[in-house]
Amino acid sequence: MLRQIEGSRAVAETVARCRPEVVCAYPISPQTHIIEALGEMVKSGALAPCEFVNVESEFAAMSVAIGASAAGARAFTATASQGLLFMMEAVYNASGLGLPIVMTLANRAVGAPINIWNDHSDAMAARDAGWVQLFAETIQEAADLHVQAFRLAEELSVPVMVCMDGFILTHATEQVDLPAADAVDAFLPAYEPRQVLDPDEPYSIGAMVGPEAFEEVRYLAHARQLAALERIPELAEEFAESFGRDSGGLVHPYRSADAEVVVVAMGSVLGTIKDVVDAQREAGHRIGALGITSFRPFPGDAVRNALAGAQRVVVVEKAFSVGFGGVLSTDVAMALSGLPVTLSTVVAGLGGRPITKSSLGNIFTAALRGEAERLTFLDLKTELVVRELERMSVRRRSGPTAENVLRDIGSVGSGIG
Amino acid sequence: MFEVRFHGRGGQGAVTAADLLALAAFIDGRCAQSFPSFGSERTGAPVVAYCRLAERAIRTREPVVEPDCVVVIDPTLVHQVDLFSGLAADGYVLINSSRRLGALGLGTLAERFRPERLLTVGATEVARRQLGRPLPNAALLGGLAALTAEVSLPAVSAAIRERFGRDGTLAERNVAAASEVFQQARLALTADGRAVLGAPAD
Repeated sequence: MLRQIEGSRAVAETVARCRPEVVCAYPISPQTHIIEALGEMVKSGALAPCEFVNVESEFAAMSVAIGASAAGARAFTATASQGLLFMMEAVYNASGLGLPIVMTLANRAVGAPINIWNDHSDAMAARDAGWVQLFAETIQEAADLHVQAFRLAEELSVPVMVCMDGFILTHATEQVDLPAADAVDAFLPAYEPRQVLDPDEPYSIGAMVGPEAFEEVRYLAHARQLAALERIPELAEEFAESFGRDSGGLVHPYRSADAEVVVVAMGSVLGTIKDVVDAQREAGHRIGALGITSFRPFPGDAVRNALAGAQRVVVVEKAFSVGFGGVLSTDVAMALSGLPVTLSTVVAGLGGRPITKSSLGNIFTAALRGEAERLTFLDLKTELVVRELERMSVRRRSGPTAENVLRDIGSVGSGIG
Repeated sequence: MFEVRFHGRGGQGAVTAADLLALAAFIDGRCAQSFPSFGSERTGAPVVAYCRLAERAIRTREPVVEPDCVVVIDPTLVHQVDLFSGLAADGYVLINSSRRLGALGLGTLAERFRPERLLTVGATEVARRQLGRPLPNAALLGGLAALTAEVSLPAVSAAIRERFGRDGTLAERNVAAASEVFQQARLALTADGRAVLGAPAD
């Protein structure tokens, strides 16, 4: 049944229908509404049997999820930004131990400077942690991906992170068809752990592995991700059969079959990109888009196939590797190696900077003319950067630049635009 | 596509107003999207929330930069925030104030926009009377229904009931407030000799 519903609420209700037995989390914007809603459902008995564990930090949240999962419970948590970084040691442990935890990451910038708004820096920081990372384009997809995430996690014994853009999806309302409880039950069988920690038959997990076998263990983690590469599209297909809509999968091509320029992106910005693509198609330009849903494992073959006919590829990404450039772009470039395709990176939407159709349109037009630069920071306020660089050239000093820049724009608080 | 931008202060319910409008439009059978301006929630700080209404699925995620309608929940923002930035020449303005535009220092608005699409309503007074609290957000949607006919009053009432359903009294008081502001708005629009709006459902 279609409902007009907030993104966080849609995810919370869908997670509840996945029947988690332990939910543990520490509140952090923009994830908080998800956890609050689940907390209410556990308290009211609407979500039962389930234990909601109040923890004192994100590190504890992931640690409790690890313990719960190892003890045989379906475990769920959610975090964002600094919260993910704070739990990072345990994040690696969850995947290293092969525990099928599902976590919502309400994507948010990473400080300093502190910033609560959306970008993908947090997800990129966990890129190599051994988790499957799926990016949702809409609230509908965010909800649906959680159902697929539990199934994938438990089939392959690998934790799955569902990434949804903070505020843009978590705090927005739109029409959502929540996966029906009975259909979720049919799609997602009860969790049957491969081994369970049991106080009556004590043993330990988490063995130390030396040089004699560490590489093999890591290789097997890679093999599991490669298996996920096979399984993700199969599950998306099965999901479509059960629920009647396309959600998930590896990649989503959009009007790209005959396109000269294809724009690659992840998450909610794809909606804005599609509107711009439609407008430019109407003006007679051969442009399309490619949404990447599965960032880890990275679907190199699917990306290569989807982009093989393009002359130019523009990767729009909400994060970058300081001192280098695009993160997603690097993976796309690897997928395209040997093909005569020019690749440009557009870093956009950092710390919640609005990504407008107008600015995207300008970049795409430049790409259609073959004039796109290799690396662009969308809507960069060059004058602010220049002024600070000039100050630094006059007097060398260490310390933060944030205060100087804020003074220049006459703002000591937060704001957008 | 009809795009609305709400300006208020933290605590006045601007985000809820945008959500309620989206829900009402959904009840009317349209597609809708609402979202806040993603600020830290601080009581009293300027807050912006957006709502888009359309006949087909809405994909864009950019903030509303060229609204068709601006709703000002807090009139003290008038000279602090660029409230009418990007508003189309045939756009609507709804300001929560029992004073006229001239008294708010906005007399020149009528030169930039169509006068019959500019309206002030005393939603806070209505809310104080109906709810016992100065929370004008739901009530203002009655004014928006009357001014723009983009959403119907029954749908606004249904949205309020769905949102505040757990507290039936609160829901009914907000419905009463929205209906009262709707009637006020229609009277004002007619009494001023302005064009009577094309029969919004009531």
